[in-house]
Order: sequence, then C-alpha cells, then structure tokens
Amino acid sequence: MIEQLPILIIVIPLLSAPLFVLIGNRKIVQLLALAVSWVVFGIAIALLSRVLERGPISYELGNWPSPYGIVYVVDYLSSFVILFVSALGAIVLTYAPPSIKQEIPLSKHYLFYAMYLLCLTGLLGMCITGDLFNVFVFLEISSLSSYALISLGKTRRAPVAALHYLIIGTVGATFFLIGIGLLYQMTGTLNMADIASRVNPDSGSRTILVAFAFMTVGLSVKMAVFPLHTWLPNAYTQAPSVVTSFIAATATKVSVYAFIRLVFGIFTPQFAFEKLPLDQALMVFSLIGIFVASTAAIYQTDVKRMLAYSSVAQIGYMLLGVSMANVSGLTAGITHLFNHALIKGGLFMVVGCFALRIGSVKLDDLRGAGKTMPLTSFAWVIGGLGLIGVPMTAGFISKWLLLTAALELNWWPVAVLMLFSSLLALIYIWRVVEVLYLAEPSARAKSAREAPLMMLVPTYVVIGATIVFGCWTVYSAGLAHNAAMALTGLVESGGMP
Amino acid sequence: MTPENMIWIAMALPLLAMALIFLIGEKAPNVREACTIGVSFALFYVTCRLAQVVFSGGRPMWKLGEMLPGFEIGFAVEPLGMLFALVASGLWILTTIYSIGYMRGHHEKHQTRFYACFAIAIFAALSAAFAANLFTLFVAYELMTISTYPLVAHHGDEKAKQGGRVYLGILLSTSVAFFMLAIAWTWVVAGTLDFTPGGILGQPNVDGKITDFQLSVLLGLFAFGIGKAALMPFHRWLPAAMVAPTPVSALLHAVAVVKVGVFSILKIVVYVFGIDLIRDSRIGEGAGQVMISDWLCYVAGATILLASLVAMTKNNLKARLAYSTISQLAYITLGAALATPDSILGGGMHIAMHAVGKITLFFCAGAIYVGAHKTEISDMRGLGRAMPLTMGAFLLASLSIIGLPPGGGAWSKWFLAVGTVDTGHYWLLAALMVSSLLNIAYLVPIPIRAFMTPPGEAPMKFKEAPLMCVVPLCVTAVGSVVLFFFGNWIYEVLLPITTGSP
Repeated sequence: MIEQLPILIIVIPLLSAPLFVLIGNRKIVQLLALAVSWVVFGIAIALLSRVLERGPISYELGNWPSPYGIVYVVDYLSSFVILFVSALGAIVLTYAPPSIKQEIPLSKHYLFYAMYLLCLTGLLGMCITGDLFNVFVFLEISSLSSYALISLGKTRRAPVAALHYLIIGTVGATFFLIGIGLLYQMTGTLNMADIASRVNPDSGSRTILVAFAFMTVGLSVKMAVFPLHTWLPNAYTQAPSVVTSFIAATATKVSVYAFIRLVFGIFTPQFAFEKLPLDQALMVFSLIGIFVASTAAIYQTDVKRMLAYSSVAQIGYMLLGVSMANVSGLTAGITHLFNHALIKGGLFMVVGCFALRIGSVKLDDLRGAGKTMPLTSFAWVIGGLGLIGVPMTAGFISKWLLLTAALELNWWPVAVLMLFSSLLALIYIWRVVEVLYLAEPSARAKSAREAPLMMLVPTYVVIGATIVFGCWTVYSAGLAHNAAMALTGLVESGGMP
Repeated sequence: MTPENMIWIAMALPLLAMALIFLIGEKAPNVREACTIGVSFALFYVTCRLAQVVFSGGRPMWKLGEMLPGFEIGFAVEPLGMLFALVASGLWILTTIYSIGYMRGHHEKHQTRFYACFAIAIFAALSAAFAANLFTLFVAYELMTISTYPLVAHHGDEKAKQGGRVYLGILLSTSVAFFMLAIAWTWVVAGTLDFTPGGILGQPNVDGKITDFQLSVLLGLFAFGIGKAALMPFHRWLPAAMVAPTPVSALLHAVAVVKVGVFSILKIVVYVFGIDLIRDSRIGEGAGQVMISDWLCYVAGATILLASLVAMTKNNLKARLAYSTISQLAYITLGAALATPDSILGGGMHIAMHAVGKITLFFCAGAIYVGAHKTEISDMRGLGRAMPLTMGAFLLASLSIIGLPPGGGAWSKWFLAVGTVDTGHYWLLAALMVSSLLNIAYLVPIPIRAFMTPPGEAPMKFKEAPLMCVVPLCVTAVGSVVLFFFGNWIYEVLLPITTGSP
C-alpha cells in the first residue's frame, strides 16, 4: 500500500471527479470532496517524509519499466511543491462551502467540486510525473478544469474572462506540445530523464533550440510572465472567491515548477543561461513585470483585481531567483513559490470573507469594515505585511534570500530595484488598511458582520502559516535549499534537510 | 535568576503585559492599567538586576534560534544596549502612569489598542537594545515601526491618517531600501552579522573585499537607512508623528523609537565598523584626504543647526519639540560619526540625558493640553501662575537639553565638543556652540513668558493637570538634574565599549 502512494495521490482525486457527477447530490459530494482533499494532503505528507528518509521515489506505472512506461518521480522539489499544493487545496476546500453557497447556484455545486478536484489532480500530476507528454496531459487537465471553474463566477463577465483565458491558455499549451513534439523527434523518448541524457543541448541543433523556445514561451503564458499575463487579472477578478484563492495560490506556482524542471532537469542551466540569454531576458521581463504590475495594482479600486496584478508582480520575483541559476538564487525562487502561495492564498481567502459579508470587494464598499469585521480585517493586515516583506513574515524570508543571492552575484542594480519595488506593495496594501480602519463606514460595511468561523479558521490557518514560516524556515527555505542543491547537481536529492 | 534568564524574562514581560491588556480589555480599565503598571515595575526591576551584571563586566547571551541558516535571532547584552534598555524600561513606568491621567482626562477612544501597541513597542525597544546581531536588530527595528503606526494614527481622522502615512512611508521605505541593503551587503562582505567588539568589517577591508570608499557608501546606507535617527533629509516623519496622543510622542518619539535609531547607528559604528576602522580609513586623494565618516559629520552638523532654526519658527509646542528632537538626535549621530572614544561616549550618554529631558518636555506639553487646552506657544502667556509645577519642570528639563549645568545634558555635550576638537573639526565645534544658543532661544522663552508676563485675558487660577500627569513630569524633571551628578557613573559604565575589548 505504502509503495502505491505516488499513484494514489493522482488516482483518488481523478476518479472521484466523475463519481461526484454521477452522485449529483450536493451534500454528499461536499463531504466526499472534503475527505478526498484531506486524504490527498495526508498522502503528500507521507510522500515528503519518505523522500526525507530514503531519498527520491521512482514509481513505474503498471510496472512498465522506465523508458517504455510512464514513471512518476517524487524527489525533493516535487514532494515540496506537491505538499503545499495539496495543503492549500484541502484548506481552501474546507473554507469553500459558505462562500460558494453565495456565489455559485446550488444546482451547480457538485460540478464545482468535481472541477476543483480535477484541477487539483492536474496540478499534482504536473509535479509528480517524470514523463514529458504526461506533463502536457496534466497541464491540460488543470487548465480545462480551471476555465470551467472561472466561468462559474457570479457576473456575466466571468464566462468572458474564462474564454479569454481559454484562448490564450490553449495557445500556451499548444506551444508546449509543439516543443515536446520536436524533442521527441530529436530523442525518440518522452521520459524526462531519458531526454536529458540523450539531448545534447550544446550540439547547436536548431530543432532543440526551437523546441526549448516553444516550451518556454508556452509555460510563460501559464506562469503569467509579463507581458504574457493579460489573461490573469480578469480571470482572477471574475472567478468565484474560492476558485481565485485556490488558483492564485497554486496554478502559477506549478507552472513555475514545470519551468524549473525544464531548465534544470531536461536541459541544462548552461544551455539556457549561457548559450541562450534566457537569464537576461527573464531578469528584464521579471523586473519590468514587477514594476508595471505593482504600479497597476496601486491604481485598482477592486481589491481582487489589485491582488491579481500583485500576483503578476510576484511571479517576477520567483523568476528572478530562477534566472540567477545558482543555489542561493534557486533557493530564493523556490522558497518564494511556497511563501507566496501562502500569502496570496491567504489574502484571497480574506477577500472571500469580505465578499461574503459585504457583497462587494470594491474599496469604496470596504470602508470602515475594520469595525464590523475585525478578525477578517486583521488577517488582511498580517497577510499584507507578509506581501510587503516585513520581518517575521514569510515574505521577508523570500526577499532576504533573493537580496543576498543578488548581492552574491554582484547584481547591484537588481538588488536595488527589487527593494524599491517592494515599496510599491506597501502602497497598495496600505491603501486597503487605511480604508478598512480609518475611513467612515460605508452603508454595506456598517450592516456587515464577522465572517463565519468555517471560513475564518482556514483563513487564519493560512495567514498564521505566513508568520510561522517567517520565523521558522526548516521546512520552507530548508527544503527549498536542498531542492536547489539537488537541481544544480551538488548533492543526491535525499536525506534530511 | 541567572543573567541569561533575565534577558528573556525582560523581553517576555512586555508581551505578557500586552496579553493581559487584550484579555482584560475595556471591561475593567482599572485592572488593565494596574496590570500594565505592575508589569512595568517588574520589567524595571529585571533590567536593573541585569544592569548590575552587565555593568560589572558580565556579557550574558541568549539565543532564540536560527531564522534562516546563518541568520539567527540572538541577544547579547553590552553596556550601550543595557543603558538604553534601562532608560526605556524606567521611563515606561512613568509614561504608563502619565498615560492614564492623559488618556482619561481626555476621554480618548481605543485605549486597549493604545496600551497593547505601547507594550509591543517596548518589547521591540528591548529586543533592539539586546540584539546580538544586525539581523535581530533589523527585525526589532521593523517591529517597532509597525507597532507604533496604530499609535500615530490613533485619532483616525484625516490629519492622523496623513501623519501615519508619512510616518510609515518614510520609516519603512528607508529601512527597506537602504538599511536592508546595507545589512545584506555587510553579510556578503563579512560573512557574519554578529556585533563584535572592534568591528567585523576591518578584516574584509584588509582583504580588499570592500574598499575605503565603499565603506563610506555603506556607512551612508546605514545612516540614512536608519530613518529613525531622523537625519535630514529623512526627518519628516518625526514632526508628522506629532499627531499622536502626547504620551506616544513622549515615550516613543522622544525615547524609544528615535533612540532605537541613534542607538543602532552608534552600535553599528562601534560593533560593525569598529571605531579604529572609521578613524583610519581615508577617502579622497593627497591633501584632500578625509575620514570616511567626514561627510556624515557635516550632514549631522547641518541637521543640528537647521532643525534648531526650524524649531524657532514653530508656534505649536509639540512641533517645536519635534524639531528640537531632530536636532538633538543629530548630536548622537555626530558622536558616532566622529568616532573618537569621547564622542562615542558623549553620544551614548546623550541617549540617556536627552531621553529624560525630552520626555519631561513632552509630558509638560501634554499636561498643558489636558489642563489648559493650549497647544500654541503664543497662548501660554502667564500660564506659569496656573501651572507652576509643570512650567517649573519645563525649565529644568530645558536646561538639560540646552546643555547647561545642572542639567545632565551638559556632560554629553561636553564630550561631544571634546570629540570635535580631537578630530580638528572646529567648524563643527562652532556649530555645537551656535546650536546651544539656538536651544536657549527656542526653549527658555516659553517658561519665562509663562512666569513673567501677565496673562492676556482673565487672571488665571491655579489649575494643574490631573495628578497622574503632574507627578511623572516632576519625577523626570528632577531626574534630568540628578543625572548631572551621575554623569561620571554613566561614563564609567560605557567606557568598555570604546576599548574594543569585550
């Protein structure tokens, strides 16, 4: 049974989705979905602890040996990402019922749960699989289900936003597929480890260059790298609050994970960053993205849209770390994957609480909500401080790691720009804090009451985690460091952190 | 209690106070305030016990753990931090008593939040005072900024909002943009962030990892990054913070917050750069060679004079005191930048002297506001008849700020002046003298006018502020004189920090 965990973490949520559709009863489905999501989280913990004890796990599907069949690989990096994706998946789902009751018609709830678990399956699959074509399959599973989830939004703009995302997202996925096709043509295999050993990036083969380019651009769309981010603000704003919390915390992060795998696992950093100027390109686009998106966030009046722009900016920090291509930079990038998942997931959950009680997330309507919804508002302050990167919060850890990594490389301008950009976060977060606490209450905020415990508790679990992982980093930066060491080939990917 | 335990007990006490304040809340204000006072006395007792150990040569340490590999939260007490902790915890007692009189006399809202944030700020001040490395200091510094924001924006009106914005904006921006960068740079160059007697940048300088010119830039990043030291042009937050209730201005913006700033600068100069390194390193060529901190001396000197000049133009008492604080803080920065043993000691002493003097002046300003509802200096004619104790205390404390005996400030300013002469900065000596004259010009007329000129309107009756307000300000006023006679003691206890030995 224990040996079967890598496949169970995929099969359980994958099979439960069609089952939900067959059952069709809202209450039963809700309980089952909750149970499944927590079971998945449990499996993720078991996987991580096995990796920490005994090193990476390689699981052959259907006992087909490696190059012929599909293989699932659980190593440091993938088990870390799987853990936080499944954790947030479970916590957000626990938080979901009151929120979707208001935002999604009751008759569609069972579909919501089915789509949610499919999306979770897709994201976990992208992390766990060691087969390149399989990555594409899971990417499509998660993408298609997220288009459906987004279109569930309350207003009629939601389907439009979903369509927009669908078109751009499909272009991205197709690019990725073209890249896989070209690689298959050159190497005759789809197993990632196999490709890595057969592909000779230094041969100067144009096909490989083109394959790499297609895959990078395809993933960049999914990561929402500036300037390929245009789908994101609308999608995040129009989707139901729960969906936004889940997707914002996980989807883009998993795409960054896939990109890290692509650069470090299949190709080599030398190929991507020395032969090709991908590091400069990433650095420039990251920095522009950070500044443009943060500035755009400052001018938003819809808090959800503001956080969406902030997400585009934060992706920039992660890629900045990756583009440094050394252990410290990669550690910073991977740590920020996790920390930002917590911070942004938590903040969107807070916004969901506001949406439930106030019925709007416009700044004007949130005025004075600090009085009627003190706990929710305080959660915003804590999460916001994390996003700014104040010490004792997870955001500070990311920022600090990124800063020291940049200085080690003597990237002075980057270090300075990065610090200045974090001041922009201060502006857009504090605008909301002032509105919450120091403004005369709006009519809606006056009649609002505190969000239900069922939503507050999960919100505080995530927001509290940003404080915990701001003070104690063994299982965030520590694991990320080991993953980075493994990726750069400095140690075997196993052993205790 | 072993000294190691005293460190964490001292830091846990304000947190305990905060928890108690929250638990009791508005239900029983008397119990809530009794808890705060009780805890503040306990804290003062513990810091005094700890001070006995530290001043007799002990260097207790206590580690909380690593936040990141290589970056740990740790505390190690040395004389400078001990002195600061003593001042902050001692004045917390008086401020708490004073706050009760002020906040109730004034029927302020949100008193629970007020006392709770106050306790966190004290916790932050102690953490900064005891910090064993730059990383811990930075964490405490930022905690201080965040925890005092609700205090500054306490009233919640448009003016408070604006003040809070400037406060948070300048303090967070400078610390993130410069201070954090400087710390990361130090880490990359020196490989450690621990405060070490004799400094940690000397060896990297010898190894060529950081040139003399770069040292000068690094010093600038620290000096301007620590916005709480209110060096011009990053001083605007201090007057902006005056929208806060007066007890906040008194303890935080005359003692805890601003002193964390200058304390950090002194500590960085002594324990990160090392006095010798600053004195021996040179920038420029040939005859134009100057110490790497020379420019900082002149920035501090200019801040001293400019802020004094601005203070003279202010008619609002708190605004005048705010600019006076900016000027006095620059004295301490000047002491650090001159980097002679005497100037460092003078700077260290001035932390204590100015704290006691300036808190008295702020207490007086608050008492005048509560008792007579006056904020403008021009309205205070003849007020001495109504509030003789308050105005008398104001006069005594002014002497200390000006640097006239028998005020404690006389000693610190003396040592600073010695420092300028030692290093041959005669222009700065002149600046100190002129500034003292300016201090007289903007402080002394206030009590003089209050006592000498007849009141404008109807004759004033004796009407002091509530007793809870008047007693603390009398105690601190007497304290500022008592410190004059303890100048030698402070000199002795601080002496070890300049010798480079632990």
